[in-house]
Amino acid sequence: MSGILWHLANVAGILGVLLTLAGGLIMVERRLLALWQDRYGPNRVGPFGLLQVAADMIKIFTKEDWTPPFADKPVFIIAPCIIMATVLMSFAVIPFGPTVGVADLDIGLLFFLGMSSLGVYSVALAGWASNNKYALLGGLRATAQMLSYEVFMALSLMGVVMLAGSFNLRTIVNAQQHLWFCVPQFLGLVVFTVAGIAETHRVPFDLPEAESELVAGFHSEYSGMKFGMFFVGEYLGITLISALIVTLFFGGWYGPFLPPLLWFALKTAVLICGFVLLRASMPRLRYDQLMSFGWKIMLPTALLNLLITGAVVVARHAS
Amino acid sequence: MIRGMEGTKSLLRSMWMVFMHSFHKRETVLYPEEKPKLPARWRGRIVLTRDPDGQERCVACYLCSSACPVGCIALQATEDETGRRYPEFFRINFSRCIFCGMCEEACPTNSIQLTPDFEMSEYNRQDLVYEKEHLLINGVGKYHDYNFYRVAGLAIGGKGKGEAENESPPEDVKGLSL
Repeated sequence: MSGILWHLANVAGILGVLLTLAGGLIMVERRLLALWQDRYGPNRVGPFGLLQVAADMIKIFTKEDWTPPFADKPVFIIAPCIIMATVLMSFAVIPFGPTVGVADLDIGLLFFLGMSSLGVYSVALAGWASNNKYALLGGLRATAQMLSYEVFMALSLMGVVMLAGSFNLRTIVNAQQHLWFCVPQFLGLVVFTVAGIAETHRVPFDLPEAESELVAGFHSEYSGMKFGMFFVGEYLGITLISALIVTLFFGGWYGPFLPPLLWFALKTAVLICGFVLLRASMPRLRYDQLMSFGWKIMLPTALLNLLITGAVVVARHAS
Repeated sequence: MIRGMEGTKSLLRSMWMVFMHSFHKRETVLYPEEKPKLPARWRGRIVLTRDPDGQERCVACYLCSSACPVGCIALQATEDETGRRYPEFFRINFSRCIFCGMCEEACPTNSIQLTPDFEMSEYNRQDLVYEKEHLLINGVGKYHDYNFYRVAGLAIGGKGKGEAENESPPEDVKGLSL
């Protein structure tokens, strides 16, 4: 009985923290961008502008939730739900601490990859259902981008799987007790980070929502809370990718002195700030550059990493 | 390959440079708590000044209202019993005013002047229309000793011909001196 209660507390706690975090990240990102552009950012509402989050929430909840008459209504409404659902589902397999985490799946990594593939439907359907040429172009771009970057996203993780000998994220973390995988799997880390940025379509890979050319890409026609769900989905995506990088390459909850959960949160926070720093300093790529970078550089790098890791693992087994 | 290395280097370098901005001073002036530093000749709220004797400087010549490019100045001239001209009303619509300072340049009596005050927002647009009672101040503004009637040759209440500063008494053209 107490086991079930512990599980329920786990689920509720993780959901609560994540959704609050996604709202808070909007404010964190604005403050950080401001810091790096020598401004202050939102600092008026509440102490240090912390209540800006609440103000944003109130604003987006009270906005008119309008569905354009020319849109394909059911698909239009279901598209933003998909991105929220898939990203939140992915968090189920992430081990936040030695005892914290929703599910302990043996195929945890595959589950994450499957969920991120399903996430493509969200942008594709949103672009299609909007019945707007900019949205469609954005949706096309997003679909092509996410599909191609998914290929080597999965490939880059196979090195980690080989070293740990499991798809289970908890086992992978435990395998990093002595040496974090960011050292032997440095190439994998680089490739996965790049793919992760592209999967969440953040700068410099934010072509699907390039506001200077496509208005807002696949979510041009969205307003109110439906837009808010895309927005929250994006920030949850950043958190997910950061949490995964921590789990797979930076030893998860392992670290000296501090409690494991705090270590996990700290590492994730640093990576999220890294994402914001990228946004502050990078220009947007051209679409053909994005594609050729993915297929001509990142895919061979991932394969090379796979080859080397495989050779090392085989040699170690033989000796 | 070399191009790729150089590109990566430049990306990392720009990320580092942006990160170093964390330690730069922020450019923002936190306005209501912290006032901005205005240049000495800032052109802000317009005032009508008085001469050192405490009289209105404005002689209602309409030069300011005709110089005004947006036509936001309206006035009506009148005279007192000594023949001294002054505006019966003087109205500036600050919702139109562009603070160009043309009125100040046109003014022959240094009456209309722009001050370094910009905090004049109102909730109601009508409140931006300033009448003479709002414009006229009890001071000389930027020119401390200037009194138009004391340097002008015009005869006016209490001051006859030739009594102005640097002015000699009028020549009696029918007289026999010389």
